[in-house]
Amino acid sequence: MLLIAFYILSSVVVLSALFVIAARNPVHSVLWLICAFFTSAGLLVLIGAEFLAMLLVVVYVGAVAVLFLFVVMMLDVDFVELKQGFLSYLPAGALLGLALLAEIAVVAVAASSRAPSGTFDPKPGAATNAEALSKVIYTDNLLLFQLAGVVLLVAMIGAIVLTLRSRPHVRRQSAAQQTTRRRKDAVELIDVKPGQGL
Amino acid sequence: MERMFEWGGGVWGGVGLAALQVLAFMVVLLISLAFLLLMDRKVWAAVQLRKGPNVVGPFGLLQSFADFFKFVFKEIVIPAGANKTVFILAPILTLTLAFVGWAVVPVAPGWVIADLNVGVLYLFAISSLGVYGIIMGGWASNSKYPFLGALRSAAQMVSYEVSIGFVIITVLLLVGSMNLTDIVDSQAGGIWNWHAFLLRPDRILLFPVMFTMFVIFFISALAETNRPPFDLPEAESELVAGYQVEYSSTPYLLFMIGEYLNIVMMCAMLTILFFGGWHSPIPIPVGDMPDWLVSLGSFLMFAVKVIFFFFLFAMVKAIVPRYRYDQLMRLGWKIFLPTSLVAVILVSGYRVFTHQFGI
Repeated sequence: MLLIAFYILSSVVVLSALFVIAARNPVHSVLWLICAFFTSAGLLVLIGAEFLAMLLVVVYVGAVAVLFLFVVMMLDVDFVELKQGFLSYLPAGALLGLALLAEIAVVAVAASSRAPSGTFDPKPGAATNAEALSKVIYTDNLLLFQLAGVVLLVAMIGAIVLTLRSRPHVRRQSAAQQTTRRRKDAVELIDVKPGQGL
Repeated sequence: MERMFEWGGGVWGGVGLAALQVLAFMVVLLISLAFLLLMDRKVWAAVQLRKGPNVVGPFGLLQSFADFFKFVFKEIVIPAGANKTVFILAPILTLTLAFVGWAVVPVAPGWVIADLNVGVLYLFAISSLGVYGIIMGGWASNSKYPFLGALRSAAQMVSYEVSIGFVIITVLLLVGSMNLTDIVDSQAGGIWNWHAFLLRPDRILLFPVMFTMFVIFFISALAETNRPPFDLPEAESELVAGYQVEYSSTPYLLFMIGEYLNIVMMCAMLTILFFGGWHSPIPIPVGDMPDWLVSLGSFLMFAVKVIFFFFLFAMVKAIVPRYRYDQLMRLGWKIFLPTSLVAVILVSGYRVFTHQFGI
């Protein structure tokens, strides 16, 4: 049962990854990418890492890919122009692909030479996923974890600094100012006598 | 592994049983949705001193079914410039995701299809996927208003998810588990244990924090489900009907059912996270009542709470004017996000402090 589920899910992942590069329309590519992300979350559930699976869905599918889709959707894609550079980019692309393939092969060979150490248990001591993970993150690897957080913080601040621009002549709404405004600040009632004007 | 697929004995027998359960749950959900839809319209009408739908069936009770047949028998119009596959896929995706989320919602003790250990995260993940149906629908329509509506919706849902996430974290910190059944059971024993009204002596200091979180969650739920006053993706005065402009007939119906299922789901989440799930406000001595009676009573209690929240959603729709887009973003990022972030720090600080000193 587990094996059937594994083969179904992994073939879906591989196929949708294939369609990511085969699809002509970039939006379709992103949609296939989302499908691949989501299905790999299913693979994580199969090995019992449901916490990681949910994080993958929340972070990658729910946030990152939405922004991908957001950007790609707004591009004005010209399919003819998209095809033109194909041959000139082919050597570089082929080289990259070969490098990746070689890396995968190296990893596969190295992994197969190591003897399988019994069954893989993602939940040692029957603790829940999140518990087991946090016990590692917040004790042994605390420094690395905090450093990763700092890196993310720096990246976030960098993004804000890059996009922040102060435009001097823009009138902005200030909710506090609006709600504290009283009638006497804005309106004055004047009793105009007939024939006199102000 | 075993804990994730506990339903049923043999492998294929288990699958069949689970399929039956899922089917029954879906049918119950859809039928109650039909009446909730009617309730929405009735409440709305009552606020505006109208009668609301009152022709089909007694008191208009069958109106939703009449609407259903009307939608289904209409012709499906797909715009010529539309991206056909994505156009059809979008409403189906919305509906599927709306149903999939319900798999982990416990409606009474033990009445749940999949009792996941990461139930809350699962719900959060599924609700964050809901935005895809809208974006895909808006883009595939190949038309200006739907596209603008989809963009608005994407930005809005992503923004409010952040504060919803932090609010959920405060509840998780108090409970110490991500299992929805555990969350409900930690609120057993009376209204003073509910996270919205945390008046238990040892946690009374957190009452203002958790009540604020409850309010923030409610308002964020309105924004997350594109309900008024945050229905900017379909603001009819600006965008005609937003991402739904080009949809008609059954695809539109699927969108609408998905949307309402999400709303009811948010009501259920409010009930589970803050209103004690199926536990009654004042503990009722069970005594030697049969199990099925207790379960049924619990289920009714849960349903009453969900309907109460749905009533609130309907009332908000009736009486609150629509927000402007920049105000919506300001509320999400500048008010809710900092507030919920501070709340996470306060609650975790309180937990560590009380743990340290054994209070």
